[in-house]
Amino acid sequence: MMNTHESAIASVPPVRQPARGRKKRGLTQKIGFAALAACMAANIFFLGAIIFFIGLKGLGAINWAFLTQAPRDAMTAGGVAPAIVGTLYLTLGAIMFALPLGVASAVYLTEYSPKGWIVNLLRVSVNNLAGVPSVVFGLFGLTVFVKYMGFGVSIISGSLTLGILALPVIISASQEALVAVPQSIREASLALGATQWETIRKVVLPAALPGILTGVILSVGRVAGETAPILFTAAAFYVKGYPDSPFSEVMALPYHIYALMTEGTHPEEQTRIAYGSSLILLALVLSVSMIAIFIRQRQRKTYHA
Amino acid sequence: MHDTMVDYEKQMGLENFHPSLVKGPVGINMNSLGEADLFGSEPKIDARGVNFYYGSKKALNNINLGFLPRRVTAIIGPSGCGKSTFIRLLNRMHELVPGTRLEGEILLDGLDITGPACDAAELRKRVGMVFQKPNPFPKTIFENVAYGLEVNGVTDKELIRGKVIDSLKKAALWGEVKDRLKDSALGLSGGQQQRLCIARCLAVEPEVILFDEPCASLDPISTGKIEELILELKKEYTIIIVTHNMQQAARVSDRTAFFLMGELIEEGRTERIFKAPRDKRTEDYITGRFG
Repeated sequence: MMNTHESAIASVPPVRQPARGRKKRGLTQKIGFAALAACMAANIFFLGAIIFFIGLKGLGAINWAFLTQAPRDAMTAGGVAPAIVGTLYLTLGAIMFALPLGVASAVYLTEYSPKGWIVNLLRVSVNNLAGVPSVVFGLFGLTVFVKYMGFGVSIISGSLTLGILALPVIISASQEALVAVPQSIREASLALGATQWETIRKVVLPAALPGILTGVILSVGRVAGETAPILFTAAAFYVKGYPDSPFSEVMALPYHIYALMTEGTHPEEQTRIAYGSSLILLALVLSVSMIAIFIRQRQRKTYHA
Repeated sequence: MHDTMVDYEKQMGLENFHPSLVKGPVGINMNSLGEADLFGSEPKIDARGVNFYYGSKKALNNINLGFLPRRVTAIIGPSGCGKSTFIRLLNRMHELVPGTRLEGEILLDGLDITGPACDAAELRKRVGMVFQKPNPFPKTIFENVAYGLEVNGVTDKELIRGKVIDSLKKAALWGEVKDRLKDSALGLSGGQQQRLCIARCLAVEPEVILFDEPCASLDPISTGKIEELILELKKEYTIIIVTHNMQQAARVSDRTAFFLMGELIEEGRTERIFKAPRDKRTEDYITGRFG
């Protein structure tokens, strides 16, 4: 058996390419790989450079007092604690608003809605929403939440505005995650006598959770760092003490950085604090993302062998 | 496992029979092989005058076919003959595909299941299904089997646990998974996953189980285990199995129905269908002349 096999292989004439052609293809491949590697290296370089410089300039400003105290002496001393708290409130508020709404919309679009041009139009609109400049969302928030609904410049107005900004990201990530859930397990659930709603709640959503959380991670990063949407809706340059209700004005890290760099009378001191604040903002976004990543990993471990 | 199979074949008078040996109607006294089931009974499921359309394309044409309780009925036929389409009508899984239309009636214990009066979820509790590819949920082994109970409103933890163990035992999987009920079902082998899907189906206590080519993606050893299981299960359930594999039909079924291009060509006792097919097309198919 083996022998016939080998002789069969041996009897097939090897496919010979002209030597020059082979060399050329090998070279093309090498150049291609090198270009890809170079792109990747550039990426890592910029990412590393950002973290390096922010760290270099910011680390000096950071100490325990910086993290726990309010600003003093016209923003030239003290800490940024109220801004950290404000950013946390705004981000959590935005996610609490956008996550259920976004997931529900995605479930409707992928599982329930009749397929047709209206749904396609909705999908395109959602994606376009992601491309709207954030300052436009800021103006919308000012008109609707601050003025029309009368929430004033407050955490709630800011959270809602940021939430709308995060919605398209969460909707499209959730849609992709839901579509990726195999039809076969939906059928399995229905065949056991589950209703469509039970199937979605108990099988489809848990299976899609890691993908949905990816959307949350992405939007946390975006929401926490946005300045324009909270410019008119939530943020203040300086607020005495900590917010005591959802209707309070707040300080927030991105706006604080912006204000430190554009206003005030002690640019040198302010720049140092601005870099310190940037480093904290980065750390904050990273740690919120880590929580989502942790949940996602645990979910994957349980469900995906 | 082999012994059981041999015993079964003896009992069914199939021990010297291999479908590939059959070249045409062999010298069998037709009178000894009446079409009535040896055990005679009212059909559990009865399809009457069933036509089925995907859009304007007719996929099934005037199917009249009954399934006896506590028997295995195999549905055979070449790809695209409508056999999978047909069994998906029996638990209304066809409704998941938009733009289909069903005519005729399908009776379960004498009551029509095709109308709006019959709730699809309720029907599917009574008519379970095992699919072509093992499709366990991305959950733990325990959760997979418990799922059907939970969606059917069972909340008693002890009761659920008992049923899960019971179903895993019935599906001949208990010994292999009893120490890792909390592990992901996706870590099981293909054959184990398929038996888990059977256990999951059994937990709901259906009356009928539909098998849609359950061994299509399994190796011969796993296939043997599933077949053995089917023979065991027929003591309690009405079983309908769609299969591409004629040897499998011969091994597990009491009755066989042959479908071709959306029509039921012939139905009868498995032994008779394979040894003395009445229709030329059935004969051509089982002797391997096409398909």
